[in-house]
Amino acid sequence: MGSVLKPGPEGILTPMPVDVEARVIRNTRLSSDYNVLALAAPDIAAAAAPGQFVMVKPGRGCTPLLRRPFSVFEVLRTNGRADGLTLLSKRVGVTTEMLFEAVEGDVVSCLGPLGRPYTAVDPPVEAWMVAGGVGLAPFAALAELLRARGTSVTLFYGARTSGELFYLDWFRDRGVRLALATEDGSLGDRGRVTLPLERALQRAAAREVMVYACGPEPMLEAVARMAASYRRRSEVSVERVMGCGLGGCYSCVVPVRDGPNGHHYVRSCLGGPVFAGDDIAWDAH
Amino acid sequence: MTPDLSVRIGPLTLKNPVIAASGCFGYGVEYAGMVDLSLLGGVAVKGLFLAPREGHPPERIVETPAGMLNAIGLQGIGVHRFISEKLPELRERRATVIVNICGSTLEEYVELARILSDAEGVAALELNISCPNIKEGGITFGCSLTGTYDVVSAVKKVTSLPVIPKLTPNVTDVASFARAAAEAGADAVSLVNTFLAMAIDVETRRPKLSNIVGGLSGPAIRPIAVRMVYQCRRSVKIPIVGMGGIASARDALEFMIAGADAVQVGTASFVDPFIWTKLIDGIGDYLRRHDVARVRDLTGTIDTAAREKEWISS
Repeated sequence: MGSVLKPGPEGILTPMPVDVEARVIRNTRLSSDYNVLALAAPDIAAAAAPGQFVMVKPGRGCTPLLRRPFSVFEVLRTNGRADGLTLLSKRVGVTTEMLFEAVEGDVVSCLGPLGRPYTAVDPPVEAWMVAGGVGLAPFAALAELLRARGTSVTLFYGARTSGELFYLDWFRDRGVRLALATEDGSLGDRGRVTLPLERALQRAAAREVMVYACGPEPMLEAVARMAASYRRRSEVSVERVMGCGLGGCYSCVVPVRDGPNGHHYVRSCLGGPVFAGDDIAWDAH
Repeated sequence: MTPDLSVRIGPLTLKNPVIAASGCFGYGVEYAGMVDLSLLGGVAVKGLFLAPREGHPPERIVETPAGMLNAIGLQGIGVHRFISEKLPELRERRATVIVNICGSTLEEYVELARILSDAEGVAALELNISCPNIKEGGITFGCSLTGTYDVVSAVKKVTSLPVIPKLTPNVTDVASFARAAAEAGADAVSLVNTFLAMAIDVETRRPKLSNIVGGLSGPAIRPIAVRMVYQCRRSVKIPIVGMGGIASARDALEFMIAGADAVQVGTASFVDPFIWTKLIDGIGDYLRRHDVARVRDLTGTIDTAAREKEWISS
């Protein structure tokens, strides 16, 4: 089973990211913690590929000091032209708190697009997207790209409770099949998203499938191992604490396999955030 | 009037005083697609040992009030790969390259200096004797006056490149370390490296960094760094490269007025990778506004009047 993405090389960024003072077009609150923030950033929106990220900083002060990475959730278009993007955010810290409270007209500094995107597959290969919680973030854009290529797309989507499963109609409207799981059993399978995923893998027989995952790291590991055990390719988007997003600080490293037992650290901002599931040394720490 | 922004760091002339700080700018080549490296006064590349190093496991950084802690652990490709893989492009981009070198032993510093002296396109050596995040070497030299003296004089013996020891602020009297470096023949000193610090997650009671402790940088440390540059300026004649939380031209000017000949910028370039021209232009604007012909005329021009005697002698 070959890797789709090679780890690294950590080269120079192309195309060049741009730094945009993006105006908030609207802020849609999905729950008491989740929101979708629409930003006017046409240059980034036009260049972004699904799985890429932007480094975001609301306000100009020292709180927060550093930018934070966010996947590009949706690319917004007017008359077919990309003119904005959205971010899916969960309120957990100072930046996400400010993004939750943002109002139309506010300005958010937005640097991107950055990083290695998902590898889009074409029919007859099926695309299975596996999202945990706010890990839904890269999959709206990826679903649109894949559906435009005629690829069959299924979203395996897990959360704590049904009230935290968002955009279900959005995905249905685009012909994406849904397989849901909630920890409290309020919608779909009771338990983790890997339950419906494993059931589907058992039934998939000889169909060609590419598994895309984004979510908490234990979920990524479980999905990558499960895909490998059913001899399916996987790509996972990791979320690491990032200082710069540009390869300058070496903070966002991920252990990547190096021979049968070894690993080396690769900056996820340049070598990722999307890695082939087989390439990450899940046992490294 | 176009002010003269050039500065002298010992035998080295920089086109302006703004240098990308080591450890915050990769090997420079990462930014070559976004930033014209030749516009910077200098590019201090990530600290190099002889051999490649893996660095610490994540988490490696954490944000703190107006700053950040890091414990990267000097992940790096080693000097040989740097010379073969990175230096040619830095040369091609006409960057003024300051190579930051780290050793576990005095011999390693000497060997690195020898190797880099033979490489084409190295403008100066910055001796990392101040990294707070690794157990062996580095800071052992930087926290001992004789260690600082010995490593600087040993490196000076084997290279004609300008030698700039980077000093740690984690000592009681940083000026005495600047003096030891100057006496050993250092062409300049750079300061400050980060402040040893820590942060704890109170919910889990775990340290927020895998290395438990890390180095504090960013605007939070700026006033302390300015004070240390000021003290060193009063103590040595050699050039000083000042750094610590610089995020604007005003901040850079503050360091220069305190006594720095040039400045380095790190954490702020994480936030704004396009900061360089803003800093350089901002310094130029200030010089025009204050009718100062040369930026080097600004160094150490702090007006302390009568207050300084009671202060500095205490």
